[in-house]
Amino acid sequence: MQSHLLLLVVFAFFVSLVFAVIAKDEPRAQLRYGGLMFGGFLASAIVLGWLMYPFPL
Amino acid sequence: MRATAAEETQSGSLVLLCLASWAIPGAGHLWLGRRSKGLIFLIALPMMFAIGLAIRGRLAPFDLSDLLVSLAAVADLGIGLPYFIASALGYGGGDVRAVTYEYGCTFLIVAGLLNLLVVIDAYDTAMGRK
Repeated sequence: MQSHLLLLVVFAFFVSLVFAVIAKDEPRAQLRYGGLMFGGFLASAIVLGWLMYPFPL
Repeated sequence: MRATAAEETQSGSLVLLCLASWAIPGAGHLWLGRRSKGLIFLIALPMMFAIGLAIRGRLAPFDLSDLLVSLAAVADLGIGLPYFIASALGYGGGDVRAVTYEYGCTFLIVAGLLNLLVVIDAYDTAMGRK
C-alpha cells in the first residue's frame, strides 16, 4: 500500500467514522455527518494539492 | 465538605471506566451499554493503529530533548494496550526510508488521539451529559 491517494482515503475514512460516531447518536445523522466530513477531507486535499502544484519543493 | 460513600464509589467507577476505555478502545462505551459505538471504536481504532505499523510508521520515543517527539510519544500512547503489545512484539521501529513513513506516523498518532477523544466521550456519557 504505497499510493498516497489510497492512504489519504483510508485515513479520511477512519477519522470521519470515529468523529461521526462520537458526535452523533442516530445512524442517519452519523452517516450524514461522516459522509460530509469524508467528502470534505478528500475535496480539501485535492484542492490543496492542485494549489501547491506550481510550487517546487 | 467530605464526599459521601456513594460519590466515592461513583468516582472510583469513573476512573475505572476511563482506564478501561483508554486501555481497550471502545471498552468504555461497551461498559455503558453503547454496544454499536463501542464495537465501531473497538474495530476502527486498533485497525488504524495496525495500518500505521504496517506501513512502517514509528512509535515515537519519549525523548525529552525534543518536545515534538515527546508529544508524538504521548499521542501514540493514547491508543492504550495495542501500544504496549506492539512495543513488546518489536513493532513500531519505523523505516524512515519508506515512502509511507510519514503516513504511518500520522496514522499512529491520530489513532492515539482519537482514542483519547473516545475516553472523554465515554466519561461524558457516564456523567449523563450525552
